[in-house]
Amino acid sequence: MKRFIGFVRKEFFHIFRDKRSMFILFGMPIVQILLFGFAITNEINNVEIAILDNSKDNETRKIIQKINASPYFNIETEVLSEKHIETVLKKGKVKAILVFESNFAEKLEIKKLANVQIITDATDPNTANTISNYVQSILQNHQQLLNKNARIPYQISVQTQLQYNPELKGVFNFVPGVMTVILMLVSAMMTSISITREKELGTMEILLVSPLKPFQVIIGKVFPYIFLSIINALVILVLGFLVFEMPIEGSYLLLAFETILFIVTALSLGILISTISQTQQTAMMISLMGLMLPVILLSEFIFPISSMPLPLQYISNIIPAKWFIVILKGIMLKGVGLQFLWKETLILLGMTVFFIVLSVKKYKIRLE
Amino acid sequence: MKTEKIISVQNLTKMFGDFTAVKNISFDVYKGEIFGFLGANGAGKTTAMKMLIGISKPTSGSSTVAGLDVATQTEKVKKSIGYMSQRFSLYDDLTIRENINFFGGIYGLSRDQIRQKSARLIESLGLQKESKKLVKSLPLGWKQKLAFSISLLHEPKIVFLDEPTGGVDPITRRQFWELIYAEADKGTTIFVTTHYMDEAEYCDRVSIMAEGEIEALDSPKKLKKQYNTNSMDGVFLKLARNVE
Repeated sequence: MKRFIGFVRKEFFHIFRDKRSMFILFGMPIVQILLFGFAITNEINNVEIAILDNSKDNETRKIIQKINASPYFNIETEVLSEKHIETVLKKGKVKAILVFESNFAEKLEIKKLANVQIITDATDPNTANTISNYVQSILQNHQQLLNKNARIPYQISVQTQLQYNPELKGVFNFVPGVMTVILMLVSAMMTSISITREKELGTMEILLVSPLKPFQVIIGKVFPYIFLSIINALVILVLGFLVFEMPIEGSYLLLAFETILFIVTALSLGILISTISQTQQTAMMISLMGLMLPVILLSEFIFPISSMPLPLQYISNIIPAKWFIVILKGIMLKGVGLQFLWKETLILLGMTVFFIVLSVKKYKIRLE
Repeated sequence: MKTEKIISVQNLTKMFGDFTAVKNISFDVYKGEIFGFLGANGAGKTTAMKMLIGISKPTSGSSTVAGLDVATQTEKVKKSIGYMSQRFSLYDDLTIRENINFFGGIYGLSRDQIRQKSARLIESLGLQKESKKLVKSLPLGWKQKLAFSISLLHEPKIVFLDEPTGGVDPITRRQFWELIYAEADKGTTIFVTTHYMDEAEYCDRVSIMAEGEIEALDSPKKLKKQYNTNSMDGVFLKLARNVE
C-alpha cells in the first residue's frame, strides 16, 4: 500500500508539472462545454433577412411587423426589385429574402390565395432549413388569425409535444456528448501517453526490474486518471447545470456508477493502446484518430446515427461512447433507471473486460 | 581469488522468430567482481542481460542470480539486484529528493531508511544545494552518477549496469568508474555492459560476445596475452576478424 501511494504521488507530480497535461485536464472541459454550449448551436437568433415587398399594403405590413418582432429575425434591408435579390444574397450578410407578390392583400381578399416566396441562402443547409421553418410558422400563425371567424370543413389539428427537452435546447445534446469526449480524451489518451512515456524514456524497464509487479505499475499509472476523470465529470455536470440549466432527472448514484464504468472502459482502451505503441506520438495518433474521431462522429454526439448509411450504423455499435451517450441522456433527461439501461451497461462492461483481456495478452507477448 | 558464484548461466538461448539473438551461452560470475560484458551493438549483450534480470524469458536454458532461479523466483531475484539502464533512468520532472523517495519506496524501504540513505547519498555526491532541483537541470554526468547511486539504495547484492557511461566525457567516465570501484570494494558484484574498450581494462574479468555467442572470457591481462596484443582494443579487433 505504501508503495502504491508513493507511486501515485509520483504520477501526480508528472501531471501537475506538465502544462499540456494540466490544460487538457482542466482547461479543455470548460472550454469545450462553453464552446459547444454557446457557439455551436442549431438554434437561430437575430438572423438578418431582407424583404422584397411588391405589394406594400396593409396585410404585408402586418406580416413584416410580426417577423421583425420575433427574436429570430432582424429585417435588415429592403430589396427594391427582383434583380437585386442575387446581389443581396451574394454579399452573405442576409440569409434569407421574403418576396411578397404584388396586390397581396387584394388577392387574399378576392381569390383567398396569395403567395409568399422564401429565398434562403442554402450554403449552410441546416440554417436555411431552420429559417424557412420559422418563417412558415410565423405565416401560419398569421393565417390562423385571419381564419379565426371562418370555418374550415375538415381539419386535422396536430399537437406536438416535445418530450424531455421541450425547448429543443441543443445544449442538452452537447453536455452528454462533451462529457463523453472529455472522459475519453482524459482517460484513454492521457493514460496511453503517460504509459508510453515511461517506455520511451526507459523508466518502464527500471520499473519492471523493480519488485513492483507489472499490474501494480499499470494500476499505479491509471489510478490518478480515474480520480481526475471523476473531477472532470463533476465539473462538466456542474457547469452544465449552472450555465445551461441541464437537468439530472435520474438517480445520481446510477449516474456516478455509469460514469465510473465508462471511465474504466476508456482507461482499459488507453492501456491497450499503450501496449501496441512504442512512442508517445504513436499513442497520441492512435488515440486521436482511432478514438476521438469515431467518438465525435459515430456516437450520436453531433450526427444522428439513424440517418447514416447502414455500414456506418453497424460500426457505431463498437464505439463505447455511443452507448455511454445513450445512458447519459437516459439518466439526465429522461430520468430512467437501470431497468431501461441494463443492455447498454452490459455492453460497456463487456467491452471493458474484452479490452483488459486483450491488453494482458498483448503485454505477455511483448515479454516473451 | 574470488570463488563464490553469484551468477550462474547455463545454455541460455533466446530466439526472436528465426533469429537467434543469444546462442547457448554459459558462464559464471563470482561474488564481488567487476564483470565486463562486451560486444558490438547487436551482439546480444543487452538481450542476455535482460534475461538475467527477469524482464525477458529465455527460449531455453537456465540461470541463477544470487542463488535464486531467475525463471521461478523472479520476484526474489528482483529484490536482490539493482539495475541502471543505458538510457537515462531517473524521472526528469521530479527533484533529486523525489526520485530518491520514489525509488526507495518501490523497493519497500521504510521512511526512516529512505531519509537516512538519501541524506548520505546526497552528501556523498555533493548535491546538497541541488537536492530540491529537478533532475532535468543536472548535467548528464551527474544524472548518471545519481542514477547509479539510486540503483544501490536497497543494497542489492549485484548491480547490473547497461552501458552506464554512454555519451559522457572521459573525465566523468573516470569518476563514474571510481564510484563503481568503491561499490565493488564493499562486496557488491558489478555486471556491466560497455562498448568502450578502455573501460574493459577496469574490469576483473570480461566476456566478449559476437553474434550471440561468447567468443572469449577471461581477465583483461590474460586475454591480451592470449591474443598477443597490448590493449583490449586489439583483442576485440582480432576477435571480430575471426568471426568474419
